[in-house]
Amino acid sequence: MELLRFATAGSVDDGKSTLIGRLLYDTKQIFQDQLEAIERTSLQMGNEYTNLALLTDGLRAEREQGITIDVAYRYFATPKRKFIIADTPGHIQYTRNMVTGASTADLALVLVDARNGVVEQSRRHAFLAALLRIPHLVVCVNKLDLVGYGQEAFEKVKAEFREFAMKLDIADLTFIPVSALHGDNIVDRSPNTPWYEGASLLHHLEEVHIASDRNLVDARFPVQYVIRPQSDEHHDYRGYAGTIVGGVFKPGDEVMVLPSGFTSTIASVDTFEGPVDEAFPPMAVTIRLTDDIDLSRGDMICRPGNQPTVSQDVQAMVCWLTEASKLTSRAKLAIKHTTKVARVMVTDLQYRLDINTLHRDESAEALVLNEIGRVSLRCTQPLFFDEYRRNRATGSFVLIDETTNATVAAGMIIGAGA
Amino acid sequence: MTTTYELSDLDQIEAESIHIFREVAAEFERPCLLFSGGKDSIVMLRLAEKSYSPASLPFPVMHVDTGHNFPEVLEFRDRRIAEVGARLVVASVQQSIDEGRVTEETGPRASRNRLQTTTLLDAVGEHRFDALFGGARRDEEKARAKERVYSFRDEFGQWDPKKQRPELWNLYNGRIRRGEHIRVFPISNWTELDIWEYIRREGIEIPSIYLAHERPVFERDGMWLADSDHVTRMDGEEVVTRRVRYRTVGDMSCTGAVESTAATLDEVIAEIGATRITERGATRADDRVSEAAMEDRKKEGYF
Ligand SMILES: Nc1nc2c(ncn2[C@@H]2O[C@H](COP(=O)(O)OP(=O)(O)OP(=O)(O)O)[C@@H](O)[C@H]2O)c(=O)[nH]1
Ligand SMILES: [Mg+2]
Repeated sequence: MELLRFATAGSVDDGKSTLIGRLLYDTKQIFQDQLEAIERTSLQMGNEYTNLALLTDGLRAEREQGITIDVAYRYFATPKRKFIIADTPGHIQYTRNMVTGASTADLALVLVDARNGVVEQSRRHAFLAALLRIPHLVVCVNKLDLVGYGQEAFEKVKAEFREFAMKLDIADLTFIPVSALHGDNIVDRSPNTPWYEGASLLHHLEEVHIASDRNLVDARFPVQYVIRPQSDEHHDYRGYAGTIVGGVFKPGDEVMVLPSGFTSTIASVDTFEGPVDEAFPPMAVTIRLTDDIDLSRGDMICRPGNQPTVSQDVQAMVCWLTEASKLTSRAKLAIKHTTKVARVMVTDLQYRLDINTLHRDESAEALVLNEIGRVSLRCTQPLFFDEYRRNRATGSFVLIDETTNATVAAGMIIGAGA
Repeated sequence: MTTTYELSDLDQIEAESIHIFREVAAEFERPCLLFSGGKDSIVMLRLAEKSYSPASLPFPVMHVDTGHNFPEVLEFRDRRIAEVGARLVVASVQQSIDEGRVTEETGPRASRNRLQTTTLLDAVGEHRFDALFGGARRDEEKARAKERVYSFRDEFGQWDPKKQRPELWNLYNGRIRRGEHIRVFPISNWTELDIWEYIRREGIEIPSIYLAHERPVFERDGMWLADSDHVTRMDGEEVVTRRVRYRTVGDMSCTGAVESTAATLDEVIAEIGATRITERGATRADDRVSEAAMEDRKKEGYF
C-alpha cells in the first residue's frame, strides 16, 4: 500500500489539531478508550463539545494552554492508502517544531481561518512549506460555519493566498472549504457548500499523485556504516551500508566513489534476505565493490557520468531555530550533511528574507529565531551535494552549536560558490 | 518487465528503522538495545540483525528485569538472544530493592513499574551507555506521539517535552555531553498492526502468551490479571479460568490480558484490525494512574 506523509501548517488557532481530530474521528480511527478520555478531559475543561484537538494535543502544557507546542504524529489507513500525520504548532515561538514535522512531508495542509484570511503566520508556513519543497500544498479554508458557509469568504482567501503563492515555487496547490469542527468536506462532500465542486479532503489525500516525487535519476549512496564481520565465516566481507537517496543501483554498475574519485564496479547489493537485483530510494542496503578501495562513513558512491557537486563552499537558505543565539558572519558551527559531520564557518549573510513581502534585506547583520536568510558557508571538508530542489536528501543539512549541542539551523543548498 | 520502483509501506518503515539503527552504531560509542521479550522488542531485535548483517550486533542487549516476569517470556528471551548471538545485560529491580536504591511498594496494588526507572538509569551509569534503543511507538500513547526519534536525556535521565531538539529530515543530532544520553526509537512510526504484520511476514517467533491460551485470572479495574505469586488479590477478586491472550508484555502485576480465541497470528491480526480499544488502554494499569501518567514517567527517565 502507498504511504503518504502529511503535515499541518497555518496560524495558531486556525484549527489544525481539530481538523486532524475530525479526520481521525470521521474515519473511525479513534479507539473507544481514547474517545472516553478526551470526553472526560473536555468536560473537565468546560468545553461545550468534545474537543477533538485533544487527540493530538497530548501534553499537559498543551492542554493547560489550549495550543499545540510540539509535533504530534498520528497514523491511519483507509483501504486506499496509509497516512503518517504530523500535526504541527501554529504559534510562531514553535516554528522549529513545525519545520521538524514538515521536513519529511509529501503534502502540507495549510489551514486558514475564513474570518481572518491569510495572516503573517499563514504566509510564513506557506513559505516554509515551499522552501522545504513539500511537493503538494492543500489550503483548507476553515471555520466556514462561522461565515455562514458563504462562497465569498472562501473565494477571498483563495485569491489572497494565490497572490502570495505566485511568488513562491509551489508545484501543486489545491483549495478546500471546510469546517473542522463540524466535519464539512473532511471525509464526505458537504451539503452546506453546494457551490464547491471539488473533492473532500480525505478523497484528495487518497488520490493525490505522489509516486513521481522521488529522484530516480541521480544515483547517490552516502556511505553510512562499514560492515566488517569479526567472524571466520565472513572473514573477507567488507560492505558499505547505507540508504539509497537517489537513482538505482545494480550489481555490475560502474561506480565512482567520492572524495577519492576512484572507480569500481558493484559486486553485489546485499540485504539480510540475500543479494537483490537492484536498489532504489529509500531502500537501506549494503553495497559491495569489486575492488578494495578506501571508503568510509561520510563518503559517497555515485556514477562516473553523474556526480554530485563537490565543494567546500556552499550557498544555502537557512532557517534559524534557536532563541539562545544568532547567526552572524564568521560564526562557526558543526554541520551534518547526509552521513558526514564537519565544521563550517558562515562567510557571509547575504540577506534576510521578509516573510510577508519576500523582500531581501541585504543590510541584515544577523538571523534570529525563526528568521530565514541566504548564507555562504565554508566547510572544513568538501561536501558532496545536489541542489535541494533536485534532491532533498543530498541538498539538506542541519547546523549544530558545538557548545550547547543544540540543533540551531536547517539548511537547503542552492549551489556551490563563495 | 516494467519496474515501478515502489516500496510497500512496511518496506518503507523498515528501511527508515534500519537507517536509524546504522546511524547510531556509527555515531555512538556505547549503545545498548532494550529488550523486554515483548513484540516490539522482538521486531527491534530483528531490525538490528538486518541492519548489520552479516556481522553480529555491535552492542549488547539489556533487559530491565522487574522480577515479575511471565516465565514463558524469560525462556523466550534467553533462547532468542542466544540465536542472535548477542550479549545480554540484566538490570535487576530486585537488586535495586536489595541495595536500598528503591523502596518496594506495598499492598495489593503494589507495582514495580515505576521502580524500573531507577534500575534503568543506574545501569546506564554503570555501563556508561550513551544511546539506548527503545521499542516505543508513537501510536501507543499521546506523550509518545510527541517524542523525537532521538530523544535527548539529561544527566538525570529526564525528558523535557518543551525542549526537544528540532529533528529535520533524517539528520539526527546525537551530540551529548558526558553523563547525558539519547533514547533512540527506530520504530517510532510503526503502528500495532504494522508490528503484527511484520512478525507474520518475517515469520518471527513470539512468546506463546501473545496467542490465546487458558489461564487462571482474576478481574481488576476491568482487566484480566494473571493469578501469580507477584500479585496479592483483594477481597472479592475470584480466580477463574479464561481463554486469553496478551496485547502487550510487561510486568505480570500490571499487564492485563484480553479475552480472545485468536490462537494463530492470522487470527490475532484479524482481531486487532477490529478492536476498538488501544493496546495500552486495554491492558496497562500503569497508564491508568492519571491522564498524564506516561508523560510524567517519561520526564523521570522511564522508557
Ligand atoms: N467554529 C469553528 N471553530 C473551530 C473550527 N476549527 C477549529 N475551531 C476552534 O478553534 C480553536 C482552535 O483550534 P485548534 O484545532 O486547537 O487550532 P490549532 O490550529 O491546532 O492551534 P495551534 O496548534 O495552537 O496552532 C478551538 O477552540 C476549536 O474548537 C471550525 O471549523 N469551526
Ligand atoms: Mg494544534
